[in-house]
Amino acid sequence: MDHPFAITLDVGTSRANKTGSWRTELPTYVHNQPPCNQGCPAGEDVRTWLYEAEEGGDAYERAWRKIMEVNPFPAVMGRICYHPCETGCNRGQVDEAVGINSVERFLGDEALRQGWTVGVDQPSSGLRVLVVGAGPSGLSAAYQLARLGHAVTIVESAPKPGGMMRYGIPEYRLPRDVLDAEIQRILDLGVHLELGVTVTDLDATMREGRYDAAFLAVGAQIGRRAYLPAGAASHVVDAVSLLHQLGDGERPLLGRRVAVYGGGNTAVDAARTAMRLGAADSVVVYRRTRDKMPAHDAEVREAEEEGVRFTWLSSITQVEQGSLTIERMELDETGFPQPTGVTEELPADSLVLALGQDTDLRFLEGVAGIEVDHGVVTVDDQMMTGRPGVFAGGDMVPDQRSATVGIGHGRRAAAGVDAWLHGRSVPRTEVRAPAAFEALNTWYFADAPRAHRPLLEAARRSSTFDEVVQSLDADHALYEARRCMSCGNCFSCDNCFGVCPDNAISKTGDPDAPYAIDLDYCKGCGLCAAECPAGAIRMAPEEI
Amino acid sequence: MFEQLEGSKAVAKAVARCRPRVIAAYPISPQTHIVEALSDFVRDGELTGCEYLMVESEFGAMSACIGASGVGARTYTATASQGLLFMTEALFNASGLGLPIVMTVANRAIGAPINIWNDHSDSMSQRDSGWVQLFAASNQEAVDLHVQAFVLAERLSLPVMVCMDGFVLTHAVEDVDLPEQDQVDAFLPPFVPRQRLDPRDPITIGSMVGPEAFTEVRYLMHDQQLAALDELPRIAADFQAAFGRDSGGLVHPYRTEDADVVVVALGSVLGGVNEVVDALREEGVAAGSLGISCYRPWPADAVREAIGSARTVVVVERAFAPGVGGVVSQDVRLALRPLAAPGPAVYDVVAGLGGRPVTRTALRRLLDDVVAGRLDPHGLHFLDLDHDLLERAGTPWRGTS
Amino acid sequence: MTGDVTDLKLYQVGTFAAGNRLVDLELRSVQAHADRANSITSGHRACQGCGEALGARYVLDAAMRAAGGDMVVANATGCLEVFSTPYPESSWQVAWLHSLFGNAPAVASGMAAGLRALGRETRVVGQGGDGGTVDIGFGCLSGMFERNDDVLYVCYDNQGYMNTGVQRSGATPPAARTANTGTAGPEPGNVFGQGKSAPLIAMAHEIPYVATATVADLRDLERKVTKAMSMRGARYLHVLVPCPLGWAAGPSDTIKLARLAAQSGIFPVFEAEHGEVTAVTPIRRQVPVEEYLRLQGRFAHLFGKRARPDLVARIQAGADRNIARFGLIDADTETQTSTEPGTGSD
Repeated sequence: MDHPFAITLDVGTSRANKTGSWRTELPTYVHNQPPCNQGCPAGEDVRTWLYEAEEGGDAYERAWRKIMEVNPFPAVMGRICYHPCETGCNRGQVDEAVGINSVERFLGDEALRQGWTVGVDQPSSGLRVLVVGAGPSGLSAAYQLARLGHAVTIVESAPKPGGMMRYGIPEYRLPRDVLDAEIQRILDLGVHLELGVTVTDLDATMREGRYDAAFLAVGAQIGRRAYLPAGAASHVVDAVSLLHQLGDGERPLLGRRVAVYGGGNTAVDAARTAMRLGAADSVVVYRRTRDKMPAHDAEVREAEEEGVRFTWLSSITQVEQGSLTIERMELDETGFPQPTGVTEELPADSLVLALGQDTDLRFLEGVAGIEVDHGVVTVDDQMMTGRPGVFAGGDMVPDQRSATVGIGHGRRAAAGVDAWLHGRSVPRTEVRAPAAFEALNTWYFADAPRAHRPLLEAARRSSTFDEVVQSLDADHALYEARRCMSCGNCFSCDNCFGVCPDNAISKTGDPDAPYAIDLDYCKGCGLCAAECPAGAIRMAPEEI
Repeated sequence: MFEQLEGSKAVAKAVARCRPRVIAAYPISPQTHIVEALSDFVRDGELTGCEYLMVESEFGAMSACIGASGVGARTYTATASQGLLFMTEALFNASGLGLPIVMTVANRAIGAPINIWNDHSDSMSQRDSGWVQLFAASNQEAVDLHVQAFVLAERLSLPVMVCMDGFVLTHAVEDVDLPEQDQVDAFLPPFVPRQRLDPRDPITIGSMVGPEAFTEVRYLMHDQQLAALDELPRIAADFQAAFGRDSGGLVHPYRTEDADVVVVALGSVLGGVNEVVDALREEGVAAGSLGISCYRPWPADAVREAIGSARTVVVVERAFAPGVGGVVSQDVRLALRPLAAPGPAVYDVVAGLGGRPVTRTALRRLLDDVVAGRLDPHGLHFLDLDHDLLERAGTPWRGTS
Repeated sequence: MTGDVTDLKLYQVGTFAAGNRLVDLELRSVQAHADRANSITSGHRACQGCGEALGARYVLDAAMRAAGGDMVVANATGCLEVFSTPYPESSWQVAWLHSLFGNAPAVASGMAAGLRALGRETRVVGQGGDGGTVDIGFGCLSGMFERNDDVLYVCYDNQGYMNTGVQRSGATPPAARTANTGTAGPEPGNVFGQGKSAPLIAMAHEIPYVATATVADLRDLERKVTKAMSMRGARYLHVLVPCPLGWAAGPSDTIKLARLAAQSGIFPVFEAEHGEVTAVTPIRRQVPVEEYLRLQGRFAHLFGKRARPDLVARIQAGADRNIARFGLIDADTETQTSTEPGTGSD
């Protein structure tokens, strides 16, 4: 048709006008470090495996494999990890943190149900690595090293593998079939496990086993004793030994009235265990106040629900048969407990000491280069001791002591061992900017109160070692995964594509980079960044 | 077939036979009988396939016509006077967009003071709106011009205004030879728009044009208007062939071949003018008249050809430009400009404003004065000016110039 | 378990973001589709962060989808027209016609009449800014309404004559500074007690459908367009489109401002059929009007050294009146947003 000149135009012809020249600020998609990832001592990319899990169904396996890249114990850690990921979770500032731990557990259990396995990624290196200690750290290192193609032997002094996961954590928190299954999956990679063998001379063991490198993770197995004036007939045990006996299947006799001295998780575990062993009265005696207590809130809450009593601001000054003498304490201005001289009697048939643990480092005596400071072994940032080729991790090195930390150590040490064996340096991990809460646009996230895991009914909790905290069902696990706000990382919500007034954003179909910005037309208004729910777009001044 | 009809009704019937798809109109005297009749035709089925919009104003009427024409529908409206002024913005827009809307203007004075009777002030105020303006001298011509107007509008993609004197024509009952439906269908082909909004082949109509091209756009519009000067005589010839009547075209010369004095006029006054011409001829005065059928575009060549040899030209204006004088007379002078000096003397005579009758007696007296040299050829003259009324208003007549 | 009262089909961003990889394609917004009509495309000359350019694409793309692409548009003079069609470039990809400032509703009526007479099913959308709609075009709009012409008319309300340099319109809110409501004198900015609610006047025509929406709630907007397009007769949609230039706000705040306008109660979001309010979009996270006002330079004279808390209070009172009048906060919505805390352990 012969259109009137100038008055009538062809459609879409404005694309000849490249409005990108107006731009003074440039939007860029970022991959920032979410607080969950930042907080995970095991090094999990929590945001990413939640992103996978959000799809449900077949995606669960992808999510699980993402966890398995760094942590071979999703089902175990989904139960016993104190989840610092959730402590930092930005969703906590909206309503409540995402239940990352419960989703991890769901995925771990799903893997066990479905029988998902992992394989060895690399051809055999022909190199031999010794791992001393089959706790979380040692098993983590063994898992990683085996997948890298190394021949791994774990030497463990206990009759069963698992370390503190078996000998420190009561069964009501970690059913042993779960632990056994996840350990077996590691062993199935070809890891050789020697049980009941104690390394007494590291040099000799390495020489005799022709090991090319070693990772030491013997843990902290010795319960710390405190000097307490005690009568001859008084019954005093330490918590580590108590829990260890339990791990061996024994049922130690503690009497009807049990006092536990200490304020950590081990103290709470001991007190809860005492209830299950038949105590009528289980009381935790702690020198400071509840808010100063190192034990985790949830543990204390569950203990209270089960009938465990807590006596705050109290120290034990005397132990007699059937009773304790307690002195009231008060906090000074620095928060330290000071004695008041006021005492009282506490009836107790036995006293369990939970005052901390020490490491038995006698097997390192005479090993050249290894440095011990304050009872722990000094390591570099690759977890290598002063002795080249000998690495250490877990509770025997200076760090927080938890299974999660130990798993992280094992993974980092494995990378260090692998690099050392190949004469390479470990590639530096990219430092990502933190994904701050302020960068999020939380308006977009649906109102979704957290789904909590159900608890075993109270009656069964005080009399059995049945697992207390139960699993989320599939629906709730999916729901919980979808509460993730994907801080600092695109999760394909199409909002940037939707809100650009200049149609300058297109969809690529590439899941790793779902959107592309056409700089010919982007005017740099910043709406995409402002309206990105996840804070995954950054505006920066245009370089002119 | 001849029918005794009121002018409005006759025009309404003619319009209906042109099969408009959309009629959008707002009532104003003396246009009302036309749109009332069309409303009846739509309701009683005499006109099918037509949407009749009773809009909230003339501005709305023309705007709705713009929309309807923009989607490719044959569109018609009618108005008068204030209504035409209220449409003004949309009139310029319709012509600027090149939309072939046809509109009847039942010519009426514009206020204040408010006055519902006939003159040409309304149409003259819109002479630069870009619309083709055709003036009917009779109801028969009004009927015929509407049929021709649709042909012209759609052929050139230009809006066309058919002007007919309010009351004098719109309300006069006369014998009119109405074109039959099949004749109209044969004469007026289906509307094929030059452009229309079509979702299957979308276009953008109505852009903003800056200094870089605005002049050219206006020139093209002018050029398109001039094309009507070629098109109209062809259409009139075709019409004559089809209907046997000499209607439309550019101008209607009457006894101008050897005339010394020629009266130029538009619209129904021509009937009286021609009677006076005949009377003068009988008395030996070489008089003639020129009816302007197409006022916009201005048929300068046809005007010059018809009256160029006269010694005296009297333009009977039914509108005027305060502070200046005649409107049509300026165009007449423009048409005569190419002639060798001195050329004919051109008298500006304002007549028949606000419904004042232009009587044969008055016209005869005017021409007698002109022939006798009693009127100043350079002055502005008012036919039948009531000097007593001016005295009473406190501003006596101060002469012709 | 709290799960019993929560929506297990929670799709992370629910219905707030444009799209969501977790939901079926047909449940995502029109804007989330790569094959959306892009009724207005790149290269237009709207200011950075223009709410009107965005709103027009939101509305027309949804309407195009509803109409199966068989749609024409009449556009009033104004920013939207000027920034989209400077010769020789058009940003439109739909069949579009611009006539005048004050006649878009009548042009649309004419289109609808013409299309019907021609036997076409093509749908008609008229659109303009607030000046073209609530002021100069209001006569034509009212006529279109009372005749119940088959037109969806959309007003993109940016609360002033932005195209001509930010002058006051009948939709400019009280206290707002514009080029002709300056901040001098005891009553700075636009006068309290003036202005009109075009949606309420539209309702008084008892037309089939009237709705308000903002560019901050895409799903709500698209739903209303879709609903309007499913109906016949005169329909009116009034969309709040913040203007970074006229409101003296950051270009990246456009959507946020629209959100705050709704969440403060300043701009009630509702829909009405045949003159009766049938639904309101409840306030989800109520904010004081101050949070909305402070982001805009046009209200800067209410804060700072010569702060006018009395005027802020009057604006708040207006918002509160909207909340009460339309029931923007009710007991139901309040209980919906708070759920029993869990008793479990994590």
